[in-house]
Amino acid sequence: MSKREPILEGSEWTFDALEAFEEEIGRIAADRYRLDTYPNQIEIISAEQMMDAYSSVGMPIGYHHWSFGKQFLSTEQRYRKGHIGLAYELVINSNPCIAYLMEENSLTLQALVIAHACFGHNSFFKGNYLFREWTDASAIVNYILFARNYISECEERHGVEAVEALLDSCHALMNLGVDRFRRPRPISADQERQRQKEREDYLQQQVNDLWRTIPQKKQEPEEKWPRFPSEPQENLLYFFEKNAPLLEPWEREIVRIVRKIAVYFYPQRQTKIMNEGWATFWHYNLMNDLYDEGLISEGNVLEFLQSHTNVVYQPDFDSPYYSGLNPYTLGFAMFSDIRRVCEAPTDEDKRFFPDHAGGDWLDTVHHAMANYKDESFILQYLSPKVIRDLKLFSIMDDDADSAISVTAIHDDFGYRQVREELADQYNLSKQEPDIQVWEVSLRGDRSMTLKHIQRDRIPLDEDDAKEVLKHVHHLWRFDVHLESLRDDNVHRVYHCNAEKVWVDSGDSNKSAAAS
Amino acid sequence: MAFLIIDRRQQGKQKSAVNRQRFLKRFRKHIKEAVTDAVNKRSITDMERGEEISIPKKDIAEPIFRQGKGGKQRRVLPGNKEFIRGDRINRPKGGGGSGGKASNQGEGMDEFVFELNQQEFLDFMFEDLELPNLVRKQLKDSDSYKLVKGGYLRDGIPARLNVVQSLRGAKARRIALGGAIRRDIKALEQELEALADEEDSAERREITCKLDRARRRLNHIPFLDDFDLRYNNMIRQPTPTTSAVMFCLMDVSGSMTQDIKDLAKRFFVLLHLFLRRHYEKTEVVFIRHHTKADEVDEEEFFYSRETGGTVVSSALELMKTIVAERYPTDSWNIYAAQASDGENWQDDSPKCRDLLVKNLLPLVQYYAYVEISSGREQELWQTYSEIPELFPDRFAMRNVKEPADIFPVFRDLFERKPK
Repeated sequence: MSKREPILEGSEWTFDALEAFEEEIGRIAADRYRLDTYPNQIEIISAEQMMDAYSSVGMPIGYHHWSFGKQFLSTEQRYRKGHIGLAYELVINSNPCIAYLMEENSLTLQALVIAHACFGHNSFFKGNYLFREWTDASAIVNYILFARNYISECEERHGVEAVEALLDSCHALMNLGVDRFRRPRPISADQERQRQKEREDYLQQQVNDLWRTIPQKKQEPEEKWPRFPSEPQENLLYFFEKNAPLLEPWEREIVRIVRKIAVYFYPQRQTKIMNEGWATFWHYNLMNDLYDEGLISEGNVLEFLQSHTNVVYQPDFDSPYYSGLNPYTLGFAMFSDIRRVCEAPTDEDKRFFPDHAGGDWLDTVHHAMANYKDESFILQYLSPKVIRDLKLFSIMDDDADSAISVTAIHDDFGYRQVREELADQYNLSKQEPDIQVWEVSLRGDRSMTLKHIQRDRIPLDEDDAKEVLKHVHHLWRFDVHLESLRDDNVHRVYHCNAEKVWVDSGDSNKSAAAS
Repeated sequence: MAFLIIDRRQQGKQKSAVNRQRFLKRFRKHIKEAVTDAVNKRSITDMERGEEISIPKKDIAEPIFRQGKGGKQRRVLPGNKEFIRGDRINRPKGGGGSGGKASNQGEGMDEFVFELNQQEFLDFMFEDLELPNLVRKQLKDSDSYKLVKGGYLRDGIPARLNVVQSLRGAKARRIALGGAIRRDIKALEQELEALADEEDSAERREITCKLDRARRRLNHIPFLDDFDLRYNNMIRQPTPTTSAVMFCLMDVSGSMTQDIKDLAKRFFVLLHLFLRRHYEKTEVVFIRHHTKADEVDEEEFFYSRETGGTVVSSALELMKTIVAERYPTDSWNIYAAQASDGENWQDDSPKCRDLLVKNLLPLVQYYAYVEISSGREQELWQTYSEIPELFPDRFAMRNVKEPADIFPVFRDLFERKPK
């Protein structure tokens, strides 16, 4: 291929250059690498606007809430003091795919960011199964607009304080607003608006089941009374939306809105490594291709390599800069390694990956991108070489033991165990406490019992749990109990009524500690 | 592939302004405390700037259910150097290593810190304060107006369009323009009726034709014409304004030590700042006295070092003279704040009291006396203490002992009272 002239040199970018980059990168991405993307909408913003975008946690427009103000103030403070730099870009899972680019990025960075966000993340949003099943990119912007308008209407009608208190409670339970084992229905703003009124009326009737007090002929003995809910419920927000007896229709609608937004973010929480890894892998390849074609100059490609190296830097666990595994590093290393295993497999690779060692690398990475989430991706594709390169090791901190023990390192005995434990580290259902609605006392005081099942004897954070329980009470509005089970025995019981929260240790049935 | 590049830089930056306000409102108690602390600590020359506020993280946390410490925690870390399988590591001191996830707000700091800008700072500082008993007096300064309706205009902005007037005009025009035609139509209709018996004659056809034409002409008169539009006229009417003057009376006699003077100045700085911020048109008269009172400018009031004996009544006399000369009470709200250590020339205190009760208090809206003394009540305080009973709304006195008292006392004196 004959070399072409660079699109632009130096560090100042122009709108023409951005357009040219979008076009060239798009050409290579589609023709050579079969990246399928939503149309791109690139928005150039200033640093201050980026901080705004940060604080609405990745939604293009958000409803008003103090916690977003807190986020903004903290970002602003840390940015001003130089503790953090702002991201070069922010990308939103929508159709068209909106990418915010900072105005102060240099020419090279803009090209990198276009490759990273507009083609990397964008194709991931469009291709990955979680996003396909859980989110509807073309509806989200409209839905959030609907949510924002609905919430500000509620604020006008019912007062800012009431809405704020409700949102606080919903936010506290946001992570428990997802049906993990069921696929959600796609959302559509128009339908939502249309059906919202009907739903309000209908729901209010349904709730009254809890209230049905007219005696039904002769009462059967107590054990015959049907258990409610008939099965434990893991989706707390959904349960409140449908069953909390005292919520007003508009309150149910707001619970629903928060739940829908939780669902929208659920795939992102499960694909941090893959999403960033995929985007980093492609910006690396695409930028190198641009350079090979002569579309970016020597100087700019050096600047690119430096930025790229910074992005995938992984401090060691004992470094003062260490703050967990860098998802860019791990993801990039894994996708690059898949390519290596396909193109130049060693004997070890053939043993570990009989399926794709020596196969077509492009098919393999596309397959991986489309059909896995972080946990299963690591379990399937983390190779001994990556474990060796990153020198991963796993430790166990058992409070019944006097010291922390090293359970596996990067050797033949350890590869599989490191891989499994790393996968667990990205398994949300193992990282977040397992809490379910167990029972509601229909006949008695309408109190609700939640169950927490401890994994590996890991308890709840007690202070936080007490605070959250107040929020649960705010939604349910009758007494709430939370039993924390350790190996089938009750370990702690939290109680919350209208006045106070307290904790019993579960060993004896008598109440002990109070707060 | 379709794509779009949009330059958003010119669009609003303040997307988070509402959320920021919500945050400040929610934590106003914390912020107010921090502001009070800051005011007490600051030097008098830099009262008005933003402030770094810190709030305990615990108070602003957004709790979620999360795993606590304890149990069996596993973790994979990068960068192994010397460990092999089976190695045992002693727990690092202070906490069991990998507990719950660190909060996302910062690296284990206990305080949430953010910057309150100058505007917000002053808002919090002077929140709920006001000049008591302020009334609207006299039509004075010409820049306070209100808009009132004053007839109609042919031109104006769409928002001021008066629909009723416009349609009324349109109707009149339609009647006037159509009158002649309608007359014609009537005549033609009568003619047609007269010819009703005749069969399809030429005459009849001609009349029908004329009738059609007339009706068409009538239809062509526009329903609404530019010409009909009327707009509300708004005229500016001057309204009475609040004009106020504040007298600052400060004792600079020899008994006022540097510390006491500093406290007094602190008080007046707050007062001055408050007036400048909330009552733009307020005038301030600075009077400083030892044995003799002088009217001085701001600069001299705060920074000059002149000193001498004490005759408090001289300041009150001077105030009385200035009021009589320059601030007639029918057009001015008069306020006064006096700061002193309470020591006075023998026999002068009763004179002060009489001056106040007889000559000054009937004229002023509010008179605040601040005594700065660490020990017993001083002479002036004792003499003044009879006055509040006579003028409960207009006279207030407070004692200040140390710098930390200044701001609370200030707030106390100018607190907005429920009406």
